[in-house]
Amino acid sequence: MQMRDFVVRFAGEGGQGVVTSAEGLAQASTQVGYHALTYATFPSQIMGGPTWTQARISDQPILSAGDDVDVLVAFNREAYETHASEVREGGVIIYNSDDKEFENFSPTDGSKSFGLPIDELARSTGNNRSANMVVMGALAHLVNMPQEYLDDFVDSRFSRGRANDDEIIASNKQAMTLGRNHTSESGLSLGDLAPPKKPENKQLMIKGNDALCLGAVAAGLNFYIGYPISPATTILIWMERNLVGPGKFAYQVSSEIESITGLLGGGFAGRKAMTATAGPGFSLMSEGLGLAWMSEIPLVVVDVQRGGPATGLPTKTEQSDLFSCMYPAHGDVRLPVIAVGTVEEAFQGAIWALNWAERYQGPVILMTEMAIAERVQNITKPDLADFKIENRKVYEGTNGYHRYEGFELSPMPIPGNPGAYVANGSEHDEMGDTTHLPERHIQMTERRFSKLNLLKDGFFESENTESRIAVMSWGGSKGPSQEAYAQLRDQGLDISWYYTMFLNPLPPKLLEELQSKDLVIVPELNYQGQFSSILRSEGVKAKSITQYTGLPFKVRHLVQHISEMAQASEKATVR
Amino acid sequence: MSKKNPEYDFKWCPGCGDFGVRRALEFAMIDRLEETGLPIENNVVVAGIGCSGNLVHLLEGSQPYGFHGIHGRSLPISMGVKMGRPDLNVVVVAGDGDFLSIGGEHIAPQAARNLNICAVVMDNGVYGLTKGQSSPTTKLGVVTSSTPFGKMENEADPLELYLTLGVSFIASGFSGNPRQLAGLIKEGMNHQGFSMVHVQSPCVTYNDTYELLKGKPKEGIEPLVWDIPEDHEPNDKAAAYNLIQKRGLPIGVIYKDESRPSLDQRIEDIWSKAKEQTAQQLIDAYEF
Repeated sequence: MQMRDFVVRFAGEGGQGVVTSAEGLAQASTQVGYHALTYATFPSQIMGGPTWTQARISDQPILSAGDDVDVLVAFNREAYETHASEVREGGVIIYNSDDKEFENFSPTDGSKSFGLPIDELARSTGNNRSANMVVMGALAHLVNMPQEYLDDFVDSRFSRGRANDDEIIASNKQAMTLGRNHTSESGLSLGDLAPPKKPENKQLMIKGNDALCLGAVAAGLNFYIGYPISPATTILIWMERNLVGPGKFAYQVSSEIESITGLLGGGFAGRKAMTATAGPGFSLMSEGLGLAWMSEIPLVVVDVQRGGPATGLPTKTEQSDLFSCMYPAHGDVRLPVIAVGTVEEAFQGAIWALNWAERYQGPVILMTEMAIAERVQNITKPDLADFKIENRKVYEGTNGYHRYEGFELSPMPIPGNPGAYVANGSEHDEMGDTTHLPERHIQMTERRFSKLNLLKDGFFESENTESRIAVMSWGGSKGPSQEAYAQLRDQGLDISWYYTMFLNPLPPKLLEELQSKDLVIVPELNYQGQFSSILRSEGVKAKSITQYTGLPFKVRHLVQHISEMAQASEKATVR
Repeated sequence: MSKKNPEYDFKWCPGCGDFGVRRALEFAMIDRLEETGLPIENNVVVAGIGCSGNLVHLLEGSQPYGFHGIHGRSLPISMGVKMGRPDLNVVVVAGDGDFLSIGGEHIAPQAARNLNICAVVMDNGVYGLTKGQSSPTTKLGVVTSSTPFGKMENEADPLELYLTLGVSFIASGFSGNPRQLAGLIKEGMNHQGFSMVHVQSPCVTYNDTYELLKGKPKEGIEPLVWDIPEDHEPNDKAAAYNLIQKRGLPIGVIYKDESRPSLDQRIEDIWSKAKEQTAQQLIDAYEF
């Protein structure tokens, strides 16, 4: 039987190589031309704790982490017991029979479970660190992956120009052969994985948060301040390492309040400023974001969503910050929001967010989420020539300038140059001095909102637009929704597809089309149906499919609920 | 603002100490302009919320840039400005409520960083703009609108706090002597690192301490303020500590540590350890 893709879940204790195994498989597969995507969860502790990572390998681009597990690799008993039920009918469970927890173990589902003496086989090669390769060999047998693919991978991975390269390469190849042979004796097999079709364009293998960092730097980011918080910490670490040199600044401060107010200072001083945080930190930034809107300072805040509220679920995924991101502050405020749905969009979204901030001179929220932040995936290598980089309009005249004159955007003076003004969080007049006059509050409020009209150039995806019923997801639910949409279309359901990462302001033409539909179905990972609520306030007949498990949607649930809703027009909740 | 703005209706009470602080800051900025030749727009005044923060709108003559932000956050805003543009002269103006209460959490980090800015705190021992509530420097037992039966906390000792937190330049001033205060602010601006100029700036309406500070020599009442003797060694931390334990309020430079690099200098130091790469180079590194 030929397979188009397969999903392997590695589960065990933190520190048992769960993540490295999955990433190693993904790397080996992409090296030979497959597409790969990994999806990880983490324990909220430094050492140990149950953890798992899933890798999906396919001969075509991958949209989601995959519903079903074809192969489970269980490094300990707890992992076996927790995840065995997720393995599909006809799937395979490999457990490490060398782990003492599996002594005298008789699997509940003997037909698909099999013990692989991973440690012993690795030891027998003389290279204890080849355990990953034993597993890789076992997996290669299960999907009948030709040996030369794996040999190529080992050659390139371990050719490091050291004296013992040959020795290490030989032991790793031997480990793979041992894993393969041992599995072959079990008689288990999944089928034949379709041969890889090498992508035409150059590819990057990259994590969502790293792609976002690259996009920001490509957009000219030169000022980053942050505070550690899962799942945004990796952005801070990346910036501290890479945003260095004259004219650049990356720095860890003492709280998210210092992050946002520090950004305000940097943006005011002329820098392209950004921070990244998650729910709790975002809440602390509320007042500062209001100040950025009020005083018209360009900056970008990245919200890497996790489960909330309060400390919530620090290492799980959710899309429940949309209300907060759009309306983060007291008073009349509605911030521009870009929400990325894929690793590629994380790169693009960061460029758009910084461009928007510079263009309208104010704060922009870039939303992402745990499931994208930690996902490692192959993407087409972006070509910087495809992106236009924008810089704010700077005031270049003499002194006596009225920085806040009129009802629309005006050039921004930069300290050190003529045009001094006061950036003021109190309502102010044209020079930035505090005022309470009604006509000023009217002018400035309308001025601030009018600037949003400069941000209506976002693009959107659409397909089969003639249908009266549409699916429109947002953020990381894009992938599962897109897969569900494709399946439903194959089944003959007449339904439209819409998607955009520009949630505020929505592209006007998109909004117009959505308003004409009888029903817009919005799969989203929150209880309240936040995006459909916002769409309804814009006159769209939107209803959500909600889920609040801390996990992404499964495609099959969406297929079921979308088709039910298309018939009954009811809100649905996945449990 | 350089001339009277009819829209701006905020006024300090006649006799407010903040008039003297404003004058002193203007003197210091003009002196700096004359000495360095850098235009007045090279200065950024970051203001806190309260009576004192309005100083940024009340400066006369040619205007520096200003940032009148949110309550308690003048220090991290000033950090952003300074680290965004280390060539600018950044001055914070704030009151004791803004700086020591809601903003208190930001003092220690700037001291540790040795952020190269000068913070001028106008201490009147009361929240004036909200009409007379107790502040960190209000004395124990004092009746205010928010302490109807007397204040229940001990008063903060800001100078001792700054010294303990490792602020690298600490001066104490009095709004009643703007020329002297201007000298302290200028010395603070010139100091390479975090400098605090803590100023007694009385509130004539809710906490009038002029008499206490100046004393009544004719009636034999000693003034609270006294000039720090010339033989004081400001780089001696123990001497600085002893100085502020003495009765009354010493005026002058209390402590000065010029041995530590400031944050912007430390950032420059790490450039030699890190490899600067272009966006294209960073992207290329992920190619396989």
